[in-house]
Order: sequence, then C-alpha cells, then structure tokens
Amino acid sequence: MTSMLWIQSGGCGGCTMSLLNAESPGLLPMLEEAGIDLLWHPSLSEETGAEATAILEAVCAGTRPLDILCVEGSLLRGPGGSGRFHVLAGTGRATIHWVRDLAAAARHVVAVGTCAAYGGITAAGPNVTDACGLQYDGRRRGGLLGEGFAARGGLPVVNVAGCPTHPNWVTETLMLLAGGALGATDLDPFQRPRFYADHLVHHGCTRNEYYEYKASAEKPSDLGCMMEHMGCLGTQAHADCNTRLWNGEGSCTRGGYACINCTAPSFEEPGHPFQETPKFAGIPLGLPTDMPKAWFVALASLSKAATPERVRRNAAADRIVVPPTIRNTGKS
Amino acid sequence: MTATAPTRRLIVGPFNRVEGDLEVQLELEDGRVRAAFVNAPLFRGFERILEGRDPRDALTVAPRICGICSVSQSHAAAGALAAAQGIEPPANGRLATNLILATENLGDHLLHFHAFFMPDFARDAYAARPWFGAVRERFKATQGSSLRRAVEARTALYHMLGLMAGKWPHTLTIQPGGVARPLDARDRVRLQAQLRSFRRFLETHLFGTALETVAALTGADDLDRWRTEGPAGDFRLFLALAADLDLAGLGRAHGRFLSHGAYPDGAGGHLYRRGVVVGGTPHPFDPAEVAEDHTNSRMTGRDRPHPPFAGSTIPDEADTDGYSWCKAPRLSGLPAETGAIARQLADGHPLVRDLVARDGGSVFSRVVARLLELARTVPAMEGWLQALDPAAPWCATAPLPASAQSIGLTEAARGALGHWLRIEQGRIAGYQIIAPTTWNFSPRDAAGVQGPLEKALEGVPVGDEGGASLAVQHVVRSFDPCMVCTVH
Ligand code: SF4
Ligand code: SF4
Repeated sequence: MTSMLWIQSGGCGGCTMSLLNAESPGLLPMLEEAGIDLLWHPSLSEETGAEATAILEAVCAGTRPLDILCVEGSLLRGPGGSGRFHVLAGTGRATIHWVRDLAAAARHVVAVGTCAAYGGITAAGPNVTDACGLQYDGRRRGGLLGEGFAARGGLPVVNVAGCPTHPNWVTETLMLLAGGALGATDLDPFQRPRFYADHLVHHGCTRNEYYEYKASAEKPSDLGCMMEHMGCLGTQAHADCNTRLWNGEGSCTRGGYACINCTAPSFEEPGHPFQETPKFAGIPLGLPTDMPKAWFVALASLSKAATPERVRRNAAADRIVVPPTIRNTGKS
Repeated sequence: MTATAPTRRLIVGPFNRVEGDLEVQLELEDGRVRAAFVNAPLFRGFERILEGRDPRDALTVAPRICGICSVSQSHAAAGALAAAQGIEPPANGRLATNLILATENLGDHLLHFHAFFMPDFARDAYAARPWFGAVRERFKATQGSSLRRAVEARTALYHMLGLMAGKWPHTLTIQPGGVARPLDARDRVRLQAQLRSFRRFLETHLFGTALETVAALTGADDLDRWRTEGPAGDFRLFLALAADLDLAGLGRAHGRFLSHGAYPDGAGGHLYRRGVVVGGTPHPFDPAEVAEDHTNSRMTGRDRPHPPFAGSTIPDEADTDGYSWCKAPRLSGLPAETGAIARQLADGHPLVRDLVARDGGSVFSRVVARLLELARTVPAMEGWLQALDPAAPWCATAPLPASAQSIGLTEAARGALGHWLRIEQGRIAGYQIIAPTTWNFSPRDAAGVQGPLEKALEGVPVGDEGGASLAVQHVVRSFDPCMVCTVH
C-alpha cells in the first residue's frame, strides 16, 4: 500500500472539488485500485478534530510512514514570517510549520494546484499574506521548502499546477508515483509532470481554423480565435486541456473564454486585464510559443488577407452563419 | 458532578468535511455547551487582491475565492459589473446563467448530504441505533455505497458544466451581458439527457419517488408519514435517524433568515423569492441595512460598523482580542441565517414554513430544505432548458464606466452572497464581499450578539464526550459551511 495524506492551506479548495470529478475510474475507486491508502483528507475523511491531529502528529513523528504528501493551497508566511494568517484549526500552530514537518517525513511531496506550486491567485496584488508555493515563489525557485528541497524519495516537489487542476492530472500523477514510474526527467523546468505540461492548450482547440486566418472573436460568445483581442494565451499555455477536455466535453476555449495560462507561475499577474490582449502597434505582445516574431507578423498579415469569407463572418458571430462548402472528395 | 460544575473550555478543530478550515471554542457546563466562539482561521485577502485592478478582472479573480461555490462568486461579480455598466443579459444569457448556477448548487447539495453531513451518523458511536447498519453501509466516509453513487452522479451532472461553462470550477463563461458559450439545439438535447439522468438518480436512490411528490410536501405530518410508510430511499433513512436523534430539537439559531433571491426570472423577481423572514413574517430585503462589525474579528476599524461600500479589509496583525478573521455582517444591526432554509422560507414553501414554525431553524429543517430544493430545482431547470432559443443572442456588451458603485447579489448553495463594487478612474477602488458563511459563522458583534452558529451551538448536549461530541458536528455541518468564502 501507498499511504497518502492531504492538507489544505491558502487556497479555495477547488482542486479537491475538481478532483472529485475524476473519471474512469472515479477518485475513490481509483485510490483503491492503485493501492493508495488515504490517511486523511480534510473534505473526505471520517476523522475530525483531535483524531485528525493525531494522524498528522504520528506522521511527523515517523510512527506512521507517509509515501505521498499532497498540499493544496498557497503557503501563507505572513504576517511577519509567523504564518499566522493560517493557524491550523485545533492545533494552535501555523500551517506552514505543519507542512515543513510533514514534507520532511514524506517520500514524495505533491503540490496540487497553482497555489501550492507557485503561490497562485492568493499571491496576487499586494500579496498581503506573503503567500508562496512549496518550492517556488512565483517564477523564482525557493518558496516554503527552499530551492534545494528534495523529498525522501529523491524528487523535488511535483507541481501538478492548474487553477484548478484537472482531476485526471492529479489521479494520473498519483498512480505514477504509487507505481514508482515518475522520475526527475518526467518533470518540466517548472517541475510539472510532462505528460500534460509538454502540450499546449492551443493543440486541439476548436478555434484553430480561425487562428490560422487570424479571424478573431471581438466579444464574448463570438466563435473566432481569442488570441488577438480576448486575451487567449492558449498558444503559450502548457497543458492538454483541449485534447483531454474537462467535465465531459469542455475546456476554457470551448466554454467561450480565453485560456489564462493557469498552469504557469505568476499567471495571476499577467500585467494586463485577463480578458484583453495587450498589443504593440496592433500586434499581440505574447507570441505563440517557439514562433519567431518576424514570421508571425508575416504569416498573420498574409493569412488575414487570405481569410475565407466563411471564416471571417463566423468569427464574429455567435453561431455558424456560413457553413463550409461541401466538396466531393470521392472519385466520381 | 456538583450543582456548581466548573466551566470547561476546549478548542475543537480541525473540522473536516466542511469546505476550508474551521475551529470552534466551546465552553461546557453540566454536559452542555454554554457558549461557543467560532473561528475562521484562514485569511487570504481577496478584497485587497481585487483593489486597483481592471474591474473586469473580478470575473477571473472572484471565482477563485471558492472552489465549491465558484459559479456563485462569478455570478455575483458579473451582476455587480452588469449593474455598473447598466446592461441586462438577453433571455438566453439569463437562462443559461441560471442553469450553470443551479447545476453547481444542486451538485453542492448532493455532495453536502452524502459526503459531508451523513458520514457522521455512520460513526461507531451510533452502533446501537436501529438504523446504524443501513447508514454505515450507505454513508461511511469515503466508502458508503450511496456516498460513492452520489459522487458519480455529481460528476455526471457536472458534464452539463463542461458543456455550458467549459469547465468547473472557475469558469469565465458568465459575463455581465450573458454567457460566452452559445448553445444550439444539439447542445440542448444533450443537456436535457444529462439532466434527466440526474433526475433519475434522485428519484431512484435519494427519494424513491417522483421529485414532484417531494416538492408537494406541506408539513411535518407529511414527513412523519413518509418516515413510516414512504418509499424506500436515503431520504426515508434520514427521516428515521432524524426522528430517533431528535435533530429537529438541535441547533436552533436566532430565527432571522435572509435570502437574496435565487435565479432571476427576467421580470425583476426570482424563482426563489428575495426576502427576510423574522418570526415567520416576511419582510423586504434592503441591502442598505447591511453593515459589517469588526469588534471580534482580527481587523482594524473596530470603532464603527462598516457598510460594504465603505468597508475595509486591513488585518490587525497586533490584535489579541479578535478571535476570527471573519467579520460580523449584520442586517439592521442583527445577525441573520442564510441557506436553503432561508430561501425556501422566503419563498414561502409550506413544508419549510411548517418545520420552522414548530422547531425553528434546526439541524433537521436545514437538511430537509436542501433536499426539498433538489426536488424543486430540477423541474425548474427543465423549464429553462426548454425556454432557450438557439436562434436568439446570448451576450450583450457595453462599455465600463470610469466610476460607478454597484451591487451583485446571488445565492450560493449555502446562502446569500453579495459583492459590493466601487469603480473609480476605471479601476476597482473597493470590493467588499459578504458570503453565506460570513453571515452564518460570524463572530460576536459590538453588542455581544452571537453569530448564528454560535447561537445554534448553545445548549447542545455533549455529555461526557466533550469536544468529540457528534451533536456539535451535526450542528456545524447542518449549515453546509464554506470557510474559504467566509473570510476570502
Ligand atoms: S482561441 Fe486560443 S487556444 Fe484557441 S486557437 Fe485561438 S489562440 Fe489557440
Ligand atoms: S485552458 Fe488554460 S486557463 Fe483553462 S484550464 Fe487549461 S491552462 Fe488553465
């Protein structure tokens, strides 16, 4: 059996709420089938109060071996380094202290969600609570556990980043860890599992034809590509949202709104309104990943000129107003 | 024990199976709770995060306050922006928004009952009760058969959110002018099929009969009959254990209820009416009567009440008197309870009115109101789906004013949620949020008046169990607390 403990701090709980939507199999059967013994989870377990604290203490003392520690939510260091913006209920002790001790006892440490990975939304604006991630403070390595941290099993913190995380990013990471199949090279430079972070949200986006012709949505509910005006970062966002899909057949772009690159450190401070594309001389500032600027500009003006009427008109409509022509691709 | 038994003080927490972290300090005397002090131990500062940003960013930031009522935060933000812009969504936008919000709310009710509330009755302390075997088989934490089926049913239900809202939680589909995701006729039949499956789940496993039969219940006598001769299902099982443990006699608060009104009908009203109910009498709700008191919260500004448009969120780091990060919202200077029970009371549903007339708000009536709402809301959603017009528009747009002051009111599963927005020079100058559990789990105010949970815990029998008392757990969870919204 692989033992697992879950702890929440400065987040919204949405990664757990999302996780409960895991499918084929669902979360609870998946844990059983992967041989994962859930020591305690704040939203699911029977034990409460002193019983729960006793489990945490036993893990810290080493009397209950811990294979996987999952942390959800940012780590709040304030005020003044005391951590008292979150004192774990019933314990009188700041959660950051609990997390440091639990992380030292665990074979693997998993940051579930962008908050626990990098600080996330809680670290936005003035960051009143001095929020950070387990091993990152935004894009900077460090965070609560420090740059040099490696869990007993040898891996640094595994950052299952996302706001929220896709349920199956989490279940698949847990199954890989339980099966001993996740190594250091399976993590990208921000320590995210490559199985989802080596894809781009742009891959599989239903708006790709609009993208090709720079036929753009101008307002919410338009069908066009959302890169030019609506703030979409899908060409730069590392995640497989448009090939894996969410809650059945969804994704941000399919839901009609921009990808805000929620798997990335510092996504919470894009430096412009989330739903608006910043531009310089009419050209979006954030270019598609790995694309040279001169080429982007050249291709964009070329493809804009070549935009088929159908694509141009549909892009700024809330339904298909011009259907594609039917071409005979058979022999006769 | 002598007649002058000493008061015992103890700290209970972490409370699990609530959303977020919660601690309660209890003073016990003669085996009962003499006083309770509720502490929301986590502060993140969302109101400060929002200040200074482009107002539209509220649509991205506010939902992330809460992973369980994310859509309601989104709806309140969109409502505040719409009011500032002076726009109304077209009918499709309103209907789709209602559908998205109702889906979240029903999923929350389902999860609360099966995974948060009921597992306490499957604990060994109840092993001698006649219903225990069935309850343990169906509701044991993480394992019960009904619990697992409900998690699956919620996952399937939330496919409606994948389709209508892209993903859940933290969608950006809901906009001030409507929704960003148009729906066509095929989307509608797919959604109808998904909703029918959910109806079938409720009718087969939870109620054992048609939702309409549940919605037609009129009083406590009906429930008594259901308990003895009603259809087999988890509802009947709950009625049996509730009668055995007298959950109707447990957890009464102040008896003042607030609902912002849920699911706008496009004609200025709501599916579930807006209003305040005190002592069984309905009153209109006036947002101008709302103010927050900081006396016992670890916030500066203790000298005065804070109407939300003039509200502030400055944690007092040197504070030693406050016992919660939660502020104390008051309506006309007094606390109010919110949730499904308040919604159904304000809407005048005869079943909830009768239950509250007999025993006040209690563990029992809070849970019944939630289950009733599952039965009442699904048929309403079926009507909204039918009313969608795939040929009509989905989203209106309008420029943002450089300065404005506006309110967005909605209802999360657990009650009244309000956003108070101030825009100056095109940026957010003030953003105050009062969430359902801010109302329900507020600390004492300047007059020493307890928050609803604090009041509801007074007198709860704990026997020799002290902090391990299950009665305390039942009362706390009967509010379906969301602690991450409470302080935000
Ligand atoms: S909407 Fe975003 S993800 Fe989709 S094609 Fe355009 S840039 Fe790519
Ligand atoms: S599409 Fe972008 S914003 Fe949406 S979940 Fe994926 S990475 Fe996050």
